[in-house]
Amino acid sequence: MTARISIQHEDFDVAEEISALTQDRTDIGAIVTFAGCVRADDGLTSLTLEHYPAMTEREIAGHVAEAQQRWPLVAVTVIHRIGTLKPGDAIVLVVTASSHRRAAFEAADFLMDYLKTQAPFWKQEERGGVRHWVEAKTSDDDDAKRWR
Amino acid sequence: MTLLYFAWVRQKIGCSEEHVVLPSNVKTVADLVDYLRAFGAGYADAFADAKRLRVAVNQNHVGWDAAVGADDEVAFFPPVTGG
Repeated sequence: MTARISIQHEDFDVAEEISALTQDRTDIGAIVTFAGCVRADDGLTSLTLEHYPAMTEREIAGHVAEAQQRWPLVAVTVIHRIGTLKPGDAIVLVVTASSHRRAAFEAADFLMDYLKTQAPFWKQEERGGVRHWVEAKTSDDDDAKRWR
Repeated sequence: MTLLYFAWVRQKIGCSEEHVVLPSNVKTVADLVDYLRAFGAGYADAFADAKRLRVAVNQNHVGWDAAVGADDEVAFFPPVTGG
């Protein structure tokens, strides 16, 4: 399996990421993409993401390896942006590729649940000059527990 | 030992990284938190409610009973909110 993990300030292009993953391959029958974006909830003006560089890629790589053990994946791409983002900006991309759709759907869902609850990122919201740290949601923990 | 702080833990303590020499009675994360609480008001505030904190030793999520030693990198942070 090929895996690409990137923590970056720059935006990503979903079509380019899919092309990179399928190039010169004829064994992929299903590609699932999940892209997360910044919502302008309650007048949000910006969202700033902080992370723990030494731990982030390692943590994500561990969960990609676990996904690979659980499902017959051919390729996985995980991109997570950091820095200050605006409403409408993309934050996160998960692309999973497999021979058949079920594995690709489930692995993408699994990886997103683990990104939400285990990967060391923190969001700070800004509304009209006032900043506050986003609280973790117990519903995200409940989602992640489905895979245990 | 290297200590790292993230998000509001970093803000309350006022720095993102520091190096400390541990007294011999600090053997676990819980011991370390008790020790750090006495460092000042910011530390006491950051570590006031342990239930609101998460900890990693050498970039692995661990619990409060995990062992810590002089060569470890210990990070304290709130529950994560990525994705």
